[in-house]
Amino acid sequence: MATMNMIQAINSAHKVTMARDPDVVVFGEDVGYFGGVFRATEGLQREFGITRCFDAPISEGGIVGTAVGMAAYGLKPVVEIQFADYIYPGYDQIVSEVARMRYRTAAEWTMPMVIRTPYGGGIFGGQTHSQSPEALFTHVAGLKVVIPSNPYDAKGLLIAAIEDPDPVVFFEPKRIYNGPFDGHHDRPVTPWAKRAEAEVPDDHYTVPLGQARVVREGAELTVLTYGTMVHVAAAAAEENGVDAEIIDLRTLVPLDIATIEASVKKTGRCLVVVEATRTSGFASELVTLVQERCFYHLEAPVERVTGWDTPYPHAYEWAYFPGPKRMKFALEKVMAD
Amino acid sequence: MSDADPQARRNAPALTLHVPEPPYRPGDTPDFSSLVVPPAGATARPDTTAEPRETFPLTDALVRVLDEDGRAVGAWDPKLDPDTIRKMLRDMVIVRVFDDRMYRAQRQGKTSFYMKCTGEEAIAVATAGAMHRDDMHFPTYRQQGLLVSRGYPLTKMMCQIYSNAGDHMKGRQLPIMYSDKEHGFFSISGNLGTQYPQAVGWAMASAIKGDSRIAMGWIGDGATAEGDFHSAMTFATVYNAPVILAVVNNQWAISSFSGLAGAERATFAARAVGYGMAGLRVDGNDALAVYAAVQWASERARSNNGPTLIEFFTYRAEGHSTSDDPTGYRPAGEAQQWPLGDPIARLRQHLVALGEWDDERHDALVKQADAEVRAAQKEAEKLGILSEQGRENIESMFEDVYADVPWNVAEQRDQALKEAQG
Ligand SMILES: Cc1ncc(C[n+]2csc(CCOP(=O)(O)OP(=O)(O)O)c2C)c(N)n1
Ligand SMILES: [Mg+2]
Repeated sequence: MATMNMIQAINSAHKVTMARDPDVVVFGEDVGYFGGVFRATEGLQREFGITRCFDAPISEGGIVGTAVGMAAYGLKPVVEIQFADYIYPGYDQIVSEVARMRYRTAAEWTMPMVIRTPYGGGIFGGQTHSQSPEALFTHVAGLKVVIPSNPYDAKGLLIAAIEDPDPVVFFEPKRIYNGPFDGHHDRPVTPWAKRAEAEVPDDHYTVPLGQARVVREGAELTVLTYGTMVHVAAAAAEENGVDAEIIDLRTLVPLDIATIEASVKKTGRCLVVVEATRTSGFASELVTLVQERCFYHLEAPVERVTGWDTPYPHAYEWAYFPGPKRMKFALEKVMAD
Repeated sequence: MSDADPQARRNAPALTLHVPEPPYRPGDTPDFSSLVVPPAGATARPDTTAEPRETFPLTDALVRVLDEDGRAVGAWDPKLDPDTIRKMLRDMVIVRVFDDRMYRAQRQGKTSFYMKCTGEEAIAVATAGAMHRDDMHFPTYRQQGLLVSRGYPLTKMMCQIYSNAGDHMKGRQLPIMYSDKEHGFFSISGNLGTQYPQAVGWAMASAIKGDSRIAMGWIGDGATAEGDFHSAMTFATVYNAPVILAVVNNQWAISSFSGLAGAERATFAARAVGYGMAGLRVDGNDALAVYAAVQWASERARSNNGPTLIEFFTYRAEGHSTSDDPTGYRPAGEAQQWPLGDPIARLRQHLVALGEWDDERHDALVKQADAEVRAAQKEAEKLGILSEQGRENIESMFEDVYADVPWNVAEQRDQALKEAQG
């Protein structure tokens, strides 16, 4: 056991899997000698050699495309896209190639790979360092999509993703790399060390894909969320005195529908909380599923807390970010009558 | 036995993967003595109507005008009058002072981010001088010199950096992602390489309309790896577009040295060869060489002789941005060892050699630049720094997503206003 922040946990997941499986190779922009701009791959090149962890040219299409070739050979590429906002040049390879390879070849070729990428706002990163594009990937059949919210899960989920036989897009909420964020940007940041989820085993373990975690049990309301918003939502429920069952989905595809259904049927109310743009977001999918499966148990319409349908505006970080106020209004609405 | 028989390949050597590594890492003493720096004035200057292939030897050379003693020599000497050179020197000094102050402003918490172009000032400044005021640039984040040279108000640049009320982009963009139509400066994108084909498209439009204006696209050495670089090259050559495509090879892309973009094998300028495009490789720390090369390429583009790829060979003297500490991946003293020198010092030396400058005038220039930048900063800060923004005029954040505000955005605007009050 060690106390780790999310970066250290992700780093440890790489180390554990690289030591166990010589076919795991790690590459991406600045990930080699330097260890990545967020330091997630620090020390891997030193420990495993330059052909197991190396820098890539600045070409996301090239990174994903060569990962396809490596996976075809039989390696397990784990690639880093420096920011999710820069994944788009690789999107064609991901959507048209990576996602469909198993299907189009009737499993003659498969694509076991992980595409890691930091995402999300709350860091004054402007339009190109703040996006939450998970829905662009959950919408694509053949991709698994994972988003951890704490160090323990980050390591366990990443190991599971690397060991998974299918391609996984692994989004890392960069705002909470170093400590959880309750949405109150004017308060000092608490480091992970203060939290139980920062106790991370040094060795191999997995958090299976497709299993949500009930962060807090509650009777009045089910909150479906993931990533940074797990912490924002939990804090808001507490501050507003709502006895909410907070569910951290952890894996968006495949989704743990059983946990969702059981919880909503128990509480009779549901609020979906995501950071991303509202229209056609993953929240819409969750609302639909709850409506389809739990309609007769619902006491109120399902509500969404989301980012706005605008690009992420630099100076308006906190007017954009779905923080405590947006949570408060949504909680009031979903709890009314 | 056939080639396909594994038995036949039993004794073949094991394949090895080459991963480029820079020659020096932290703790090493950098030594650039093996770098081939051709003497100033040594390269031929083809006619601006020459066939692209006549330029191909220049893609592996280095156009240089300023010699060791600061004299302008050879066929590429643009023979500028002293006032023009003094203006370039002044603009370069302004850029450097501006960069230093804004870097410090970020460190003081006045904004979120900043990027300097230290050591690369000659490239944008001399380029602006060599082109027409209404030619169009599609820059990266290291061409602030274009704006300075075209007389863009420093205060407005700072207002953008502070995302305050003086920022005509309403605080929506990260600091230094400037945009100004009036000054022929296209909106900078955070996504590398996107501007390169856009520059070609603007140039194609100018040709479609029988205009006389040309465009210039800019990219860094690292970003040449993006597909957009190659799309731009293809479109430019296919349509013989009136465009100049610049690669600013400052040898670093955050922590990755230029070898990761292919520089171990060929120069960036040499990529012109494969596309059948004119190409030049230029000493980017020599303002006169930059000026001459851009003047040559503009004349060529303007007379329907087609595009030119220009590699400006330079060195990123400081960190990538305020988020970067280069001592983690390269030797601390590398910038000082860089043999092509400092562009400001070199142009200053030239003016002195001409008898058109002296230490006193230079000190006065620096003092003047400092005063100008300080005054601009004071003016800009009257309109506020970043931490004071984002609370008022929240409705502005919902404008310009589309020409009209659709119902969903309007509802969200109203909700955001309610959040701001409650
Ligand atoms: C598509 C994309 N991928 C990655 C990045 C992250 N990034 C920002 S600047 C940079 C390095 C660029 O280096 P170079 O092109 O040489 O330009 P320089 O910074 O040296 O001027 C990287 C990788 C990005 N902005 N866009
Ligand atoms: Mg560079």
